[in-house]
Amino acid sequence: MQIANHIAIDEFCSSWNIEVSFINSLQETGLIEVVIVNETACIEVTQLQQLEKCIRFYYELDINLEGIETIMHLLQRMNNMQNDINDLRNKLRLFERSET
Amino acid sequence: MDFVDYYKILGINKTAAPKEIKNAYRKLARKFHPDLNPNDKDAKKNFQQINEANEVLSDPEKRKKYDQYGKDWQHAEEFEKAKQYQGQSFGSRGARNSGSQSGADFSDFFESMFGGAASGGRSRQVKYRGEDLNAEIHLNLIDALKSQKQTLTVNGNKIRITIPAGIENGQTIKIQGHGGAGINGGPNGDLYITFSIANHPKIKRLGNNLYTSVDLDLYTAVLGGEITIDTLDGQVKLKVKPETQNESKVKLKGKGFPVYKSEGEAGDLYVTYHIKIPTNLTDKQKALFTELSDSSIKP
Repeated sequence: MQIANHIAIDEFCSSWNIEVSFINSLQETGLIEVVIVNETACIEVTQLQQLEKCIRFYYELDINLEGIETIMHLLQRMNNMQNDINDLRNKLRLFERSET
Repeated sequence: MDFVDYYKILGINKTAAPKEIKNAYRKLARKFHPDLNPNDKDAKKNFQQINEANEVLSDPEKRKKYDQYGKDWQHAEEFEKAKQYQGQSFGSRGARNSGSQSGADFSDFFESMFGGAASGGRSRQVKYRGEDLNAEIHLNLIDALKSQKQTLTVNGNKIRITIPAGIENGQTIKIQGHGGAGINGGPNGDLYITFSIANHPKIKRLGNNLYTSVDLDLYTAVLGGEITIDTLDGQVKLKVKPETQNESKVKLKGKGFPVYKSEGEAGDLYVTYHIKIPTNLTDKQKALFTELSDSSIKP
């Protein structure tokens, strides 16, 4: 099933019991990237988490592709904002009284 | 084991039609799904309850059993009856559970009524990824100055990790495959470790730069000289320029914090001078200051 750091899409879909067309749709919207390894359509292992999240949105929550796209975008923004909050908190600590 | 009112969890009444149950579940699942609420433990707990309620109420057989014995489950006779059903009629929905779900996530109440979720006989051997785990490590600023190895115990397993120098307060690192165990041969979840780095009493950190302040006596500030200051990794000598002003800053290049995962690179250390005016002057000192004052050019 595994080719180096890639997973064959056919086998992934078979394991998850999902349609290959769903993966193709995700690729078309740019949510995941499909690569060809040894003439086999694969996804990188690093994309698995993102892909599994999309599957859960689609099959568990009945969210369509446009919705998934929007959610993933907003989650990315949330993540960036969380990082900004961490940075700002650390900056704020500059002005707090030192702990003794 | 507390009685769990699945109808209340889904916000529906006891006569709700299957479609109403489905709609209520979808609505709440979209609100509390862990993928939509990262790092929110309450949302995760809520989602587990919603999922559990849906597992029972969306299945006519289980719903009937729940309606029949649910409220009186504590009564031994009925409890025993319920136990007989374990493993027989569970899990026909066939939908995927969240990657963060596992049998262990269902309530004691659920398991006593219907048997363990994982053992209840999902019709397909779908592989589930184990749940992601979160941990927090507390360090002080000096700890974070150098890479160090630590051993953590997660779910009874010891994990040896290397914390790279320069880790930030609030930063989270992922240890792949060290989360909850996968189900039916699915991959393990990941372990997320968030670092909490305590303030240093004298030195503040912002990114890779460090900030400190030192008291400087008036004479050194006016005439210049050499002082010794404390840094995180020892003392350094610092030349003070003549006529240094109060609150002026100097930058010590490369004396800041190491850059995360960039060996040999470091930020800068900024030193702010607080000039201390001498007190308890002797008569002679006062006279000398007066002389100095008279000799200075006034605007």
